Amino acid sequence: MADIADVLAEKVRAAAAAKTPLAVQGTNSRHFLGRAVESETLSIAEHAGIIDYEPRELVITARAGTPLAEIEAALDAAGQMLAFEPPRFSAESTLGGAIASGLSGPRRAYAGAVRDFVLGCRVVNGKGEILKFGGQVMKNVAGYDVSRLMTGAYGTLGVLLDVSLKVLPKPAASLTLVREYPVDQALRRMRELAGKPWPVDASCHLDGRLYLRLSGSPEAVETAKRRLGGEVLAGDELFWQHLRDWQLPMFNERPFWRLSLPAAAPMLPLDGEWLIEWGGAQRWLKTEQEIDVVRQTVADAGGHATLIGDQAGEDVFHPLPPALLALHRQLKQAFDPANILNPGRLYPEL
Amino acid sequence: MNPSRHDLIRALQAFLPDEAILADEEALRPYECDGLSAFKQLPLLVAMPETVAQVQQVMRICHQFQVPVVARGAGTGLSAGALPHSGGVLLSLAKFNRILDIDVQACTARVQPGVRNLAISQAVVPYGLFYAPDPSSQVACSIGGNVAENSGGVHCLKYGLTVHNVLKLEVITAEGELLTIGSDALDSPGYDLLALIHGSEGMLGIVVEVTVKLLPLPEAVRVLLVAFDSVEKAGQAVGDIIAAGIVPAGLEMMDNPAIRAAEDFAHAGYPTDAAAILLCEIDGGLDEVASQVARVRGVLMQSDATEVRLAVEESDRQKLWKGRKSAFPAIGRLSPDYYCMDGTIPRKALPQVLHQISELSKEFNLPVANVFHAGDGNLHPLILYDAGKPGELHRAEQLGGRILELCVKVGGTITGEHGVGVEKLDQMCVQFAPLELAQFHAIKAAFDPEGLLNPGKAVPELHRCAELGAMHVHQGQLAHPELERF
Repeated sequence: MADIADVLAEKVRAAAAAKTPLAVQGTNSRHFLGRAVESETLSIAEHAGIIDYEPRELVITARAGTPLAEIEAALDAAGQMLAFEPPRFSAESTLGGAIASGLSGPRRAYAGAVRDFVLGCRVVNGKGEILKFGGQVMKNVAGYDVSRLMTGAYGTLGVLLDVSLKVLPKPAASLTLVREYPVDQALRRMRELAGKPWPVDASCHLDGRLYLRLSGSPEAVETAKRRLGGEVLAGDELFWQHLRDWQLPMFNERPFWRLSLPAAAPMLPLDGEWLIEWGGAQRWLKTEQEIDVVRQTVADAGGHATLIGDQAGEDVFHPLPPALLALHRQLKQAFDPANILNPGRLYPEL
Repeated sequence: MNPSRHDLIRALQAFLPDEAILADEEALRPYECDGLSAFKQLPLLVAMPETVAQVQQVMRICHQFQVPVVARGAGTGLSAGALPHSGGVLLSLAKFNRILDIDVQACTARVQPGVRNLAISQAVVPYGLFYAPDPSSQVACSIGGNVAENSGGVHCLKYGLTVHNVLKLEVITAEGELLTIGSDALDSPGYDLLALIHGSEGMLGIVVEVTVKLLPLPEAVRVLLVAFDSVEKAGQAVGDIIAAGIVPAGLEMMDNPAIRAAEDFAHAGYPTDAAAILLCEIDGGLDEVASQVARVRGVLMQSDATEVRLAVEESDRQKLWKGRKSAFPAIGRLSPDYYCMDGTIPRKALPQVLHQISELSKEFNLPVANVFHAGDGNLHPLILYDAGKPGELHRAEQLGGRILELCVKVGGTITGEHGVGVEKLDQMCVQFAPLELAQFHAIKAAFDPEGLLNPGKAVPELHRCAELGAMHVHQGQLAHPELERF
């Protein structure tokens, strides 16, 4: 529970001078995401603790090594939450990992992604310089938006030290409706609902059933329940938590695919086990089909595919067009000229 | 005419019709400034392409000639971000004014950058949808400019800024290459370049197409007008509403000078004797809104408000908003000129900052009226001055600078939604350390190594800050002791 920013910066400076690559790590609960990095570990786990949290400001600032569980417990005590529902892959999963991997949970399509809630950050760049961007206020357009750029960059642009996040009040009431739906109809239904002001804040289609989570004031939830119909799911909190943390049975065996698609895309012609959420915009697939076939099919539908599993050496993330890859390399160079921060974790060239 | 200008015009004429190239002084005059008329500069020439391919060609030619390019949309920006470069091309995107596609299933619209902000919402109303960010200038400002500035509006606390409501951009680089940034899905592989482009003030690329996210129109909208006999109490009530777990769609505050000016102008029915008023808009489903309005009223009962008025009818609601939305021109009638500032502060600092602004107002002997987005702490102090009186503009700028520095001091920022442009370059030196500014320059160079896109805006050169630091000694310390002094 200390600020070890200076120690971390010194280590990065030394590594930059020696050109020694560093694998930035919190509790390593996300080791199976991204490509494998063969290098010395830079642990940020000790750089932990909530720095500032005032519920009236709707902002929390914490060090990257702080467990998500600790942050969410503090928020919960004040009736607030991280609206993007970051997945936790172990009890110790940290804030830094949640930001670096840029993953969001079931509410993403309705409330926004992790990047939408990042207000500011303090980082160590690849030169060992401690830099601060953004802040603790809701609106801030001074300088380029480096805080959001860091989100989902898998630590390849900087070592996250502290992060400020916008938080939201928890809904007063919430329940989940379940109903049998063939997949094509479920996809259509999700789009119909998205175009109308229903109090839906999560949706999922699994094993022939459509799950809709309603939230808001007790009266609003009750009215929507009556009008939408379906069975109320008992113990729904656990269902969404398992979906959030990739603990439903279909996630048991890796690898599997995360497909990010235009929400209105129809069912794709790929055989396998499917789980659809985010109103159609995020789909999970377990399939025997070739990597290239999956990527091409998803790309043709306007989306991208990420392979989830311990895929040392594999191309985990969707390949970038050459012009964009070139830009990525120039940005990497701008932050980490010695190429020592998580080299290769995102793409071999970065 | 110097030969390079002549050659440049000839090169552009190869693919642009004559009327798309403006070169006479008279024709250039309307482009000499954007919404911040304190800064004026004629460009070398104005190019007005109307196809993406033409923009690419303009960029390639300018790259070949090493001529700076400043992009301009509707020219409503308030920080001189679209101020022309004396030796550069002003690239007007005004002809890119078409809505290309509305996808009701996906809840998205694909539009050209010159489309006006409000025109998007108007076009999708028949489908029960709207585009959320609504800057005050929404009847005139264009979506391309909104992306460049990451514009906000009165509904940001609930619906976010431009960056939260855009899915995909088509961007042309300084070399003329067309890039697709973002996608029709909710995320894209690699770095979040979509976020980086938002608010980058035309420094990283030229936006030629924008895919925006559309939201379902709420079933019900209610506005509460709440009056207070002190600004502090109003500030406190803002925090109380949020602490009660309510995120209003809009939460706006006006102080007494702003109330009186707006009332004279718009006859919105504001209580002109109040020290401050809040406008609190609640939207959503019928039941949700009824329940939240009841809760907000409960909070306000405890808050010492002198009046709480609920607008249920659409016409009453429009009237209350009309006063707020016309506050700037209303205040403009009180004074020959006004200067609009744009700092953001943590909400808790509101009473303290308002008090210090009134002290500064006395010190500089210039009246200040306050209109702001209280829900997200975004202040818009309006400094009243007369440009006709020698020294007043300079004094107004100095006072504005001091207000922004005050925002930084309490943990806020020098710009919430108007951008840095040319206007706030000095205050960037206060908000950021030299290493951070150097990192910004490195990002810029990654996109535009030759520095041809909107040069001299948004991020100050380090020597500028060093020179400024030599003049300003903050809290007994030189701001940038590590830099050489000139």
